[in-house]
Amino acid sequence: MDKIAQVQCDIAVVGGGPAGIAAAVTVAESGGKVVVIDDNARAGGQIWRGGGAVKGQPREAACWFERLSKSGVQVLSGARVFHAQAGILEAETDRSLLQIRFGKLIVAAGAREIFLPFPGWTTPNVFGAGGLQALAKSGLPVAEKRVVVAGTGPLLLAVAAYLTEHGASVACICEQARLSDLLNFGALMFRFPKKFAEAIRFRVKTRHTSYWTESHVIAAIGKDRLEAVRVSQRGHARDIPCDYLAYGYHLAPNTEVAQMLGCSVREGFVQVDECQQTTEAGIYCAGEPTGIGGVELALLEGQIAGHAAAGDADSAKALFPARARYRKFVRAMKETFSLRPELAALATDDILLCRCEDVTVGNARKHDSWKSAKLHTRCGMGPCQGRVCGTAAAFLFGWNIESQRPPVFPARCSSLAAMSSFAAGRQINGGPQ
Amino acid sequence: MTVSADVLIAGAGIVGAACAWELAKAGFQVAVIDQAFPAAGATGASMGHIVVMDDSEAQFALTRFSQLLWDELRDELPSTVEFDGCGTIWVAVDEEEMAEVQRKCAYFQARGVRVEILDSGALHHAEPNLRAPMAGGLLVEGDSVLYPPTAAAFFLEQAAALGTRVNFGKAVSRFANGNAVLADGTVLCASKLINAAGQHAARLTPGIPVRPRKGHLVITDRYPDMVRHQLVELGYLKSAHSLSGDSVAFNIQPRKTGQLLIGSSRQYNVEHDRVEPPIVSQMLLRAFEYMPALGSLSGIRVWTGFRPATPDKLPLIGPWSEDPTLYVATGHEGLGITTSLATAKLIRAQITGAAAPIPAEPYLPSRQTIAEVHG
Amino acid sequence: MAETLTVYVNGRAIAVPAGSTAAVAVLLAGNVYRTSVSGEPRAPLCGMGTCFECRMEINGVPQLRSCQVLCEPKMEINLRG
Repeated sequence: MDKIAQVQCDIAVVGGGPAGIAAAVTVAESGGKVVVIDDNARAGGQIWRGGGAVKGQPREAACWFERLSKSGVQVLSGARVFHAQAGILEAETDRSLLQIRFGKLIVAAGAREIFLPFPGWTTPNVFGAGGLQALAKSGLPVAEKRVVVAGTGPLLLAVAAYLTEHGASVACICEQARLSDLLNFGALMFRFPKKFAEAIRFRVKTRHTSYWTESHVIAAIGKDRLEAVRVSQRGHARDIPCDYLAYGYHLAPNTEVAQMLGCSVREGFVQVDECQQTTEAGIYCAGEPTGIGGVELALLEGQIAGHAAAGDADSAKALFPARARYRKFVRAMKETFSLRPELAALATDDILLCRCEDVTVGNARKHDSWKSAKLHTRCGMGPCQGRVCGTAAAFLFGWNIESQRPPVFPARCSSLAAMSSFAAGRQINGGPQ
Repeated sequence: MTVSADVLIAGAGIVGAACAWELAKAGFQVAVIDQAFPAAGATGASMGHIVVMDDSEAQFALTRFSQLLWDELRDELPSTVEFDGCGTIWVAVDEEEMAEVQRKCAYFQARGVRVEILDSGALHHAEPNLRAPMAGGLLVEGDSVLYPPTAAAFFLEQAAALGTRVNFGKAVSRFANGNAVLADGTVLCASKLINAAGQHAARLTPGIPVRPRKGHLVITDRYPDMVRHQLVELGYLKSAHSLSGDSVAFNIQPRKTGQLLIGSSRQYNVEHDRVEPPIVSQMLLRAFEYMPALGSLSGIRVWTGFRPATPDKLPLIGPWSEDPTLYVATGHEGLGITTSLATAKLIRAQITGAAAPIPAEPYLPSRQTIAEVHG
Repeated sequence: MAETLTVYVNGRAIAVPAGSTAAVAVLLAGNVYRTSVSGEPRAPLCGMGTCFECRMEINGVPQLRSCQVLCEPKMEINLRG
């Protein structure tokens, strides 16, 4: 039987990564009652996974965790938001249902990796780039494993550095972007000394690993698990034996919660004003869902949203110049790491598009729209709700992947039954006993 | 651009698709138009339950005839249609409902439908996850379930192989007097038009007495063998047949994938298709009363759809008196999947002038019960 | 030395570092995979609770995302198709 916990707060924050932590701490330090709802066991999101307890967190992370622990913010961990409506959030943990009544809401739900289908992409030991790093941070030993890191985005270098630090042998980094675009990006980073220094540190750590540009994985080879990857580098293909493939094609924003609340989305990102407020009054959004821009921007946007939600417009405004500087990364990353059309050609008809329902690219491709493809092939109708295949289909077919009905994550039927104040307080697994 | 055909069908849902195939088989040049894509309306939202109903002679005749047509067709259906002859159990919670079970049993047996009364123990054996003890139930073995969108797609494919043409994705701005006009200016002409537009029927042909009746459904993740038959509470009929107001009734379907489809709800006078948590809540709580174990299952999706409902609970199948070229094939409420094949046969007979396979009078748009409302 | 604890993957005892997730326990078990709806072997992809490839039964509760469940002593992790 599920426990139901009802929580009241001034401001609820969805997501306990850098943006969420910054927002929550900012509000709490100005006196508001804040609750953070986060689906991992500890706050930190992806980039600061593991929270304050983990050794080797960046110094900035450690500072924020320290402030968080002193701020009085209530962090509800292991909680997945599945429904939101005016003034109420509903989330579930593995054993309970949480109903959170809020005055204002800050959505800091982060981003997820973009996975593009290619031959062999469903083979065990093909992981996301951030995915393998997340698993390694969750206890997976990578020492002496041979790893290929591939895809696109600044994450690749960071992941390769992390893996190397933990004893893996990273055979190569295959970045699909062009060298000229990467150099431009490097030039921008150079104006941000800390970021640039971090990138240099990553490259120094991975100095024994080839970093190839205009390079991507063509196929993952292996019967029951990965044995090698076939990589293309400027048109030449070669096979590289390896234990793990860590691949990801940059990030897609998690806009579902904001969309469910009616917030407008433009070109896939949540629209916000200069105070990070969405098109819905009292609902703010900070970090990756407003534009993929990295951790510094997320921290700034989180603080601005926190100040604005707490009614402190001046403190919010004071951070506008810094935010404007770091906002440059949004456009720069989008342009530098935009996906080249060759990648779409890897998704041949016979390979799977939807991994939950095992629907092939060919079957999905017969349709003109995501809605029609979903209905007729059931791609996107599995538990991931299209987070993997829909995002891929948007790139492959140019479809608009829209529609946010609750639940935005699968939830127990008993939790769905509580999805309104009507059921609040009633016995949920109810009926005559 | 002008397109001509013998018959032009508006609506690529299961009814329109079934009519297209049937008329193509009869040798007509058929064209099908739809503002969206096949099964985008009620068909795509529906449960896909093929069920014989006893609430009136006319309803029985139509559902029974159609069910038998489905049985004849079943071996031809591709595996994507997921046809499963799992049967229905009407569940009785108390002695009063068991009396209803007895009545239904007699009714069906007198009309040649194989049924079996299950007592409390037999019901529990058949469906161990139902709360026990129930009073019992009625097993209707000949009922089935399938996945409606792929069934509609199959009918359209078969029709296309016989020369049927389709034009999807454009709003229909005119549909009368042998003509249809699409949003991009395409003009289609045919000697016969069929309005099979379901919840949109009245927009295409003003005056068709069809009102949308909203429903919600929940689908779970895969839990194989948890439910073996379509299970429906006997109170379902009260819900389906209340002429106004919101209602819910326990109705659960096992899909071949192992997922469970949980319903059902009915609402009038709601135009938006947004999921309404209070209705979902009522519907699920009702379901938990019958099957408590549902509470802990993972619910993956919730959606809504609009059944096309008529004032007297029977569909409209036949000529539309105000337009000599126009036939209506809509208003099937919650029985569109079941009765799609029978509807197609009736329409074929009406258009070709052949003898109707079952008496067509109860479903004619010109019938008394409709005329009274229509005015 | 970090502490380890024992969990059971398909009935087999596996030692994992404390703080590991159930998904990691399955990876450490080796040769244990979830079976997809068409029979393919699958292992975690995203590592962060969005792809659902890691879903399995944990302590009797089916369809949990093992990459977000911390191992506890004697946890029973079962993978079925």
